[in-house]
Amino acid sequence: MKAKFLIPLVLFVGLVVFLAIGLNRDPHEVPSPLINKAAPAFEAPQLAEPNKTFSPESMKGQVWVLNVWASWCVACREEHPVLVELAKSQMAPVIGLDYKDKREDALAMLAKQGNPYVLSAFDGNGRVGIDYGVYGVPETYIIDKAGVIRFKHIGPLTMNLLNQKIYPKLSELKR
Amino acid sequence: MMKQIFLATLIALSLGSVFAKDAAPLADDPVTEQRLISISEEMRCLVCQNESLAGSRSDLANDLRREIRILISEGKSDDQIRSFMVERYGDFVLYRPPVKPVTWLLWIGPFVILGIGIAGLLVYLRRRNSSVPNVVLTDADNQKIDALLNAADKKEG
Repeated sequence: MKAKFLIPLVLFVGLVVFLAIGLNRDPHEVPSPLINKAAPAFEAPQLAEPNKTFSPESMKGQVWVLNVWASWCVACREEHPVLVELAKSQMAPVIGLDYKDKREDALAMLAKQGNPYVLSAFDGNGRVGIDYGVYGVPETYIIDKAGVIRFKHIGPLTMNLLNQKIYPKLSELKR
Repeated sequence: MMKQIFLATLIALSLGSVFAKDAAPLADDPVTEQRLISISEEMRCLVCQNESLAGSRSDLANDLRREIRILISEGKSDDQIRSFMVERYGDFVLYRPPVKPVTWLLWIGPFVILGIGIAGLLVYLRRRNSSVPNVVLTDADNQKIDALLNAADKKEG
């Protein structure tokens, strides 16, 4: 009978738990509908050599990483050393997509901070970004041998994420 | 004197708004623009999530409105445009997500909670009603009560 008085307390604790979970989740991390779908095709000029183009088609047969970045994006600068680390690991080629940027700014940033990318495609008006559902740079995709997106991360990469998610995913897909 | 200066200032200030520039037309075609607004009002801007795509000034919202304009000029239907957005950004872009197993909780949840509340209230009220003791007063009881009431009346009177 005494337990009855505990009901409001239990309800209250339940509410607090729900709110705490809700407050600690990042509302910007929206599940991408592109996971397990074919990476959208595009053909974009390369950043360093504007007369050459890049198309995801050319990466068929290997597991690769697509990193959407821009020189104006502060979080990209933050994740840059992590990308350099990823490139050094030789686990997978890292392709950049320079999103809504100016060529000279982007090239200057790579010259200053090091270039982890095999190459970067240049998406000046952001049209390619729309097809990939980009809404907050940096965003990182892992694309498998068949050209299917297997993983997406929104926001800067960290060493933790690299070790816990990216590397295992890459070795799993490369098998 | 002060009053006159004040009035003059007020008039001068209000004139300023008369001569303010008109808002730039959004597109040459008002029909396209009307459709753009009706579609994008029902969509969430992913950058500033409390704003609709129609109202947001973010860069991405600008690009997406441009994209929707192109789709409209290509003769795409509203549904086709909506699925263009959902394919890229997920159901989250829609302010009215579709009813499907993943969103059942979202759509039905509030009514379930309301139902539980009403059921709980009914159970509580029933129990309270049946717990009120059904006392039958005897003649002796009634006399006692009358006596007490009379005594009280006398005191007041």
